[in-house]
Amino acid sequence: MQNLNFQQVLRYQDEFLHGIVNTLEMTAIAALFGLLIGVVGAVLVGNGPRPVRVLIKAYIELIRNTPPLIQLFVIFFIFPSAGIRLAPFPSACVALSVYFGAYAIEIIRSGLASIPKSQVEAGECLGLTRFEVFRYVVLAPALRNIYPSITSQLILLLLGTSVASQIAAEELFHTATFVESRTFRSFEVYALISAIYVALVVASHIIFAVVGAFAFRWPVRR
Amino acid sequence: MALVEIKNVRKSFGALEVLKDVSLTVEEGEIVTIIGRSGSGKSTLLRCINGLEDIQDGEIFVEGQQVHAKMKKLRELRQKVGIVFQAFNLFPHLTVERNITLAPIRTGRVSKAGARALAEKVLAQVGLSEKIDAYPEQLSGGQQQRVAIARCLAMSPDLMLFDEVTSALDPELVGEVLKVMEDMASRGMTMILVTHEMAFARDVATKIVFMHQGRVWEEGPPSELFSNPKTPELKSFIGSNH
Amino acid sequence: MRTLSLVDLMAFLEGLQWTLVLVVLSFVFGGLLGLALALLRTSNIAPVRWVASAFLQLVQGVPLLALLMFFYFGMPVFLGVEVPSLTAVTVAFSIYSGVFLGEIWRGGIQAVKYTQWEAAASLGLSRWEQFVFVIAPQALKISLPATVGFLVQLIKGTSLASVVGFVELTRAGQIASAATFQQLLVYSIIAAIYFAICFPLTQWSRSLEARLNGTG
Repeated sequence: MQNLNFQQVLRYQDEFLHGIVNTLEMTAIAALFGLLIGVVGAVLVGNGPRPVRVLIKAYIELIRNTPPLIQLFVIFFIFPSAGIRLAPFPSACVALSVYFGAYAIEIIRSGLASIPKSQVEAGECLGLTRFEVFRYVVLAPALRNIYPSITSQLILLLLGTSVASQIAAEELFHTATFVESRTFRSFEVYALISAIYVALVVASHIIFAVVGAFAFRWPVRR
Repeated sequence: MALVEIKNVRKSFGALEVLKDVSLTVEEGEIVTIIGRSGSGKSTLLRCINGLEDIQDGEIFVEGQQVHAKMKKLRELRQKVGIVFQAFNLFPHLTVERNITLAPIRTGRVSKAGARALAEKVLAQVGLSEKIDAYPEQLSGGQQQRVAIARCLAMSPDLMLFDEVTSALDPELVGEVLKVMEDMASRGMTMILVTHEMAFARDVATKIVFMHQGRVWEEGPPSELFSNPKTPELKSFIGSNH
Repeated sequence: MRTLSLVDLMAFLEGLQWTLVLVVLSFVFGGLLGLALALLRTSNIAPVRWVASAFLQLVQGVPLLALLMFFYFGMPVFLGVEVPSLTAVTVAFSIYSGVFLGEIWRGGIQAVKYTQWEAAASLGLSRWEQFVFVIAPQALKISLPATVGFLVQLIKGTSLASVVGFVELTRAGQIASAATFQQLLVYSIIAAIYFAICFPLTQWSRSLEARLNGTG
C-alpha cells in the first residue's frame, strides 16, 4: 500500500477552487438555457402545430437515448464544420443546455398537465384572461409539483458537467486530471474531488430544501 | 328583456346529444331551480349559460349579449355571472382573502388598497369573517363552499349559477351553505340552481324546471309542480326524492 | 488520414460487443449489490439502514466519471496492484448500478402493501419465505419499468469507459474519428447505434409502466 500524501495535492487548492467556480458557472448557464428550452418546448408540445410537436418529441427521444458524452462530441464538432470556432467551455454549455432542455420539457409539460382543468375553469369564470389564469392560478401549484423532479435533474446536471472535461473544458474534473498528471497522486486526487462533489450535492440539497420550504408555504392536500 | 334567454339550444358530446331543443327564460330576481335525474342534461345546460360548454344549435343571451361569441366579450360577460361549482375549486395556493380579491383586482373592480375591505365585506355576508387569512385546505367543505360563494359575490354579479353545490358536502355541512343561498335570494339576486335539495327548491325557488332526457319536461312555480305534476316522469321523480 | 470505411464499421461493432459485455457484467454484479442494499435499507435494525443509506448518498453524490477514475487509477495505485482494465471498469459500473438498482428495488419492496406481508405471515411462512415467494415477485413487477429505464442509463454510462481508454463503442468512435478526421460523421453513426439499442428499451419501459398503471 502506498503512503497517502494529500499535502502535495492540496498545494493546487487555487486550481481546485477555480475548477469549482467553473463547474458551478457551467451548471448555472446550462440550467438557465435548459429551463428556457423546457418552457418553450412544453408550451409548444401542448399547443403547437403537429410538425412542431413531432420535432420536439424527436429531439427529446434523441437526447434521452444517446450518451451525453457523444452529444458533447457531436456538438463540439458541429460548429467547426459550420465555420464557427467555439471554445470548449461555451461548447460544453451548449451541449449541456441541449441535454438538460430535453428533460426539462418533459418535467414542465407534466407539471402543467398536473393542474386540474377545473382550476383553469374557475379562473376563467371569474373573468381572468388566459395569461392571468396561467400566472395566478396555474404557475405556483405547477412549480411546486415539478420542484422535486427539477431539482433532482439540476443535481444530475451538476454531476454531468464532469463530461465536459473530455473536450478540455475547464471545470472541476478537468482540474483533477491536470493535478493528477502533475502529482501522480491518483487516489488522493480522485478522493478529493469525490469529496468536493459530494459536498456540492449536499449543499445543493440543503439550499433547494430551504428555498422550497420558503416558496411553497401553503398546506397540501392530506 | 329577460336576464337570460335560452332559445332552442342543442348540444352534443360527440355522438351523444344531451340537450335537445331546450328553451328557457329567466327574469331578473327569479330563483330558478333545475331538477332531474342524472344524465338529464341539467348541469350541461347550466354550464352553457356562462360559456363553459359550447352549443351546436340555438342561442343563449345573458343581459342581451350572446354568450357563444368572441372570447373577449365572453370574459366581460363572465365578470357579471358568478358560478359556484360542486368541487368548490378554490385556489389552494392562495389565502381566502387572495382567492376572493384576485379577480376584482385584476379586472379593475377594486384597487389593491381597497381589496381587503372588499374581502371582509363578502366574508361577513357568508359568515366567515374570521377565516380571511386561512388557506382553503384548512377549512371544512361547507366553509370552502361559502368562500367560493363569497369569491363570486366580490365581483358583484347580476346572475349566480350554482352547479350541485351541496352534493359533495357531508350532510351536517349542507345547511350552512343553503342558509347563505337563501340570504342571497332574499336580497334579490337572480339565481339559477341545479340541485337535489328538494326542500330548498320547494321553499325558496320561484320557478322549477324539470329536465328529462335533454328536454325541459315541465316548468312552473313550486306550488304547482310539486302538488300537481302533469307527467308520469315528474311524478315518479318526486316520488323517489322524498 | 483516410476516409471512413468498412474497417471502421467493423471496429464499431467490436466496440459495441464490449459495451454489451460491460453492461451485462455490471448489471449482474450490480444487481446482486442492489438486492443486498435494498434488503439492508429495509432492515429492522436502524444502524444497518443508516450505514446503507450513507453509502448510497456517497455514491450518488459523485459523478460516474469520478467513480470510474477512482477505481481505475486511484484504487490500484493505493493498493499497489495491477488491476486489469476490464475488472476496474466493471467494479466501478457495478457499484454505480448496485446503488441505483438498490434504490429502485427498495421502492418496489416498500410499494407492496403491508397487508401482503401479513397475509403471508398468517400462512405460516418465515420472514425469508414471505419475502421470496410473496413480496419479491410483486416488488419486481412494480420495479420493472424503472429497472429497464436504468438499463438504458447504464448503456449510456458505459460510454464513459472510453475516458480510461477501454475500447467500447465510444472509444472505437474516438479512434476512427482521430484517424479519419470525419468527426461529425463518425459520432453521428455512434449516436445512431446507441439510439438503436436504447430507444426500443425506453419504449418497452414505457409500455411496462402503462400496463402497470392500467392504462396500457
